[in-house]
Amino acid sequence: MEPKAIFEAVQATFGEAAVELQEEGFHPAFLVVSPEKVKEIGRFLRDDPAMKFDSLMCLSGVDYPDRFAVAYHLHSLAIGHRIGVKAYLPREAPSLPSVDDVWPAANFQEREAFDLYGIVFEGSWDLRRILLPEDWEGHPLRKDYKYPEFYHGIKV
Amino acid sequence: MKANAGALPTQEMLINMGPQHPSTHGVLRVILRTDGEVVVNAKPDVGYLHRALEKIGERVTYAQFMPFTDRLDYLASMNCNAAWAWTVEKLAGIEVPERAEYIRVIVCELNRISSHLIAFGSFTADMGAFTPFLYAIRERERINDLFEEICGNRLTYNYVRIGGVSADLPDRFLEKTKEFLDYFEPKVPEYNKLISYNKIFVHRLANVAVATPEDAVGYGLTGPNLRGSGVPFDLRRNEPYSVYPKIDFDVCVGTGERGTVGDCFDRYMVRINEMKESVKILRQAIAQIPDGPVMAKVSRVFKPPVGEVYFRAENPRGETGIYLVSDGTVNPYRLKIRAPSFVTMNIFEKITRGLMIADIVAVIGSFDIILPEIDR
Amino acid sequence: MLESLAISLVDAVPVLSGVPLWTITLLVMVVVAAAVLTFALTYSGLATYVERKVAGDIQARIGPNRVGPVGILQFLADGIKLLLKEDIIPAKADRFLFILAPYLVFIGSFAAFVVVPFGMGLIASDLNIGIYYVMAITSLVVVGVMLAGWASNNKWALLGGMRAAAQIVSYEIPVGMALIPAVLIAGSLSLQDIVRSQGGLFGIFGWNLFHNPFTFFSFFLYYVAALAETNRTPFDIPEAESELVSGYHVEYSGIRFAFFFLAEYGDMFVVSSLATACFLGGWHVPFLNAEALPAVWGNLFSLGVFLGKTLSLVVLMMWIRWTLPRLRVDQLMRMSWKYLVPLTFFNLLGVSLWLLLFQGRGVPQMIASLFG
Repeated sequence: MEPKAIFEAVQATFGEAAVELQEEGFHPAFLVVSPEKVKEIGRFLRDDPAMKFDSLMCLSGVDYPDRFAVAYHLHSLAIGHRIGVKAYLPREAPSLPSVDDVWPAANFQEREAFDLYGIVFEGSWDLRRILLPEDWEGHPLRKDYKYPEFYHGIKV
Repeated sequence: MKANAGALPTQEMLINMGPQHPSTHGVLRVILRTDGEVVVNAKPDVGYLHRALEKIGERVTYAQFMPFTDRLDYLASMNCNAAWAWTVEKLAGIEVPERAEYIRVIVCELNRISSHLIAFGSFTADMGAFTPFLYAIRERERINDLFEEICGNRLTYNYVRIGGVSADLPDRFLEKTKEFLDYFEPKVPEYNKLISYNKIFVHRLANVAVATPEDAVGYGLTGPNLRGSGVPFDLRRNEPYSVYPKIDFDVCVGTGERGTVGDCFDRYMVRINEMKESVKILRQAIAQIPDGPVMAKVSRVFKPPVGEVYFRAENPRGETGIYLVSDGTVNPYRLKIRAPSFVTMNIFEKITRGLMIADIVAVIGSFDIILPEIDR
Repeated sequence: MLESLAISLVDAVPVLSGVPLWTITLLVMVVVAAAVLTFALTYSGLATYVERKVAGDIQARIGPNRVGPVGILQFLADGIKLLLKEDIIPAKADRFLFILAPYLVFIGSFAAFVVVPFGMGLIASDLNIGIYYVMAITSLVVVGVMLAGWASNNKWALLGGMRAAAQIVSYEIPVGMALIPAVLIAGSLSLQDIVRSQGGLFGIFGWNLFHNPFTFFSFFLYYVAALAETNRTPFDIPEAESELVSGYHVEYSGIRFAFFFLAEYGDMFVVSSLATACFLGGWHVPFLNAEALPAVWGNLFSLGVFLGKTLSLVVLMMWIRWTLPRLRVDQLMRMSWKYLVPLTFFNLLGVSLWLLLFQGRGVPQMIASLFG
């Protein structure tokens, strides 16, 4: 299915929640959706017989100049098409629903985005820091991250 | 145990497996809650090797990041190198000479063999048979010799460049590769005779830690682990890149030949069979390789257009995906590496419930995880 | 026997007639004990070298080749290294038990050498309960291993110790049951008597191995069970370096570790020598009867034959170790209780019935009697 068709299908079902389609310069194209609807849209994309996006390839946090985003790369093993889904979040207290019920593969990657960007995934099974120590301060992949000089009294 | 719980009070034991443990393939820590020898729950704890490669990626130029990709999956550096090069080329729209693409496929497949050899060897060593490991190392040594000839390195190759490869193949390289293939091809059936169908070995692996096809897809298993669950999905076939469309090979899947589809034995056998397929691919690539330049004209520092690319390549451990956001400057704006081992660890907790401690080792080995890639 | 040795010593050296007999007996005891222990230690050391060479051969590499000609002195270098290493006792360990454990293991393993029938007259003490003694004294090893696992205060060690206890106790039964046929045939528990009962008929056909189909089977059952009792691959689950790191001796270092290590090789020798004595005719070989030779030569010859057979079995154990993967703990238990125990019982019944039906005659004897 073409990205445009997918976008229209999502728009037909969710209306306003499907914000725009980013196509030019994007491989694969992104459906921009509103963050609070991510889980429902994810479930729709997974279960709709014309979509069948059964595989979440990649989930990444991105720190755009003025806002955060979570980018989901989906792929359908059954049909063989791909699409990206993106949800923009405000820089202050970024949070959106977790999709680990829809694609269990999301769990570790959501934890990673939480760890490195501080994006909170509500309703996640187990949202803890994953790569950094539990007591690490800050979220290093944010563009405004200040490198700490000391960690537990040890010079970094 | 539970049946007569009233008679004998039992207590669950909390055991730390790792970060220093011979069978966790690196600094993986698994927090085991066990009832005697039976695992109630096994939680993987990763991150001991975190080097913030993605953050580094935002500070260096596209070409400068190449050596860092060596440190992702150090047993398959060539594949990681090539994956990075393909991603950036896709982003910047660089045309790569055909000879370079063939060279990449040749080194990638050689590296796949060497990586699967280590997977096979260390897996059998985990199962208590140490001897096959040294046989695997012996064969891998010859691949390392070949790599040393083309780039001077034996582990972190840094051979592929954006736009091609760093140097053309040395004299007689293709003949030597052929000699290696002739030497190596009969070894695979030998391994099967030595260990694969050994009764104890089969008993240890068959029906252990079954990943059903639905679970495998849902939990994001990729590569040999996904195929071990009987899903015939291979990026080289289903989403072809480079010159793979011109090459004919079979996609190996788990058949449940000794137990259930998707058990440890199937994942193991997929790797064994894939080594044979790689030999096939290599023979074709050697026969087809054209003459010509090996490097496109790409300046060291270049500015790709604004855009976002997600590229994925079939690496020995599964799908290495690279999500690259460019803002049109010389550095990547955001670089996310979707490491196959990292996503694979997701299913670990679910799949290990109720197994024995010894099976945990089998599961880690059968997934063939590698820690630098998990922790990045 | 030692007393008779002492008396003959007094007879041979008249000067000693003034000394009380018990001192001389004591002296003889010490000398014999020292001789056996020296042998056992030298053997264990060399066995580690052979193990590494065998492993090297199997694994397409060379093995130790630096210390001494073809590396044969490697074991001395290793021994010195282990002696000089720091002896670490974990802070939270139970000190007394931690120190005691390796001694128990070592004693349990090496005390069994007392009744090993090295040759016609070469046996430290020909106890009339020989086999029983071996079974009893080697049980000390279990105690030592469990103590080691417990005292280390390490969960991996504890798991290893528990596994070892379960395993050795389970496999003691098939081992014992598989040895009883030899006892039944000889009518004695003394190992020397058992060996003697296997003479005649061109040597080889007197062996219990060929006595009847049940004893033939019994040998293999014994060997498999014994392999498990010595904690060797494929039954090395108490150590299982890839699962339990090193199991019960994970916290041990230096010479205390060496004790466990030597005991393992001592155990291998003991179980192999039992197999040789009970099934492979001990020091009997075809065409040459050691007892017909002059005493010194006869003893030397029988010693050579016995060691040859026993060490072949030891090397076979090494060969198996470097070839097979490891069983899982539940599979190991299942193998003992569901297969080996019933089979050995069945076997024992078969041998008893055979002896009853054919008045103790074996198959070769019956064939020989056919031809007059």
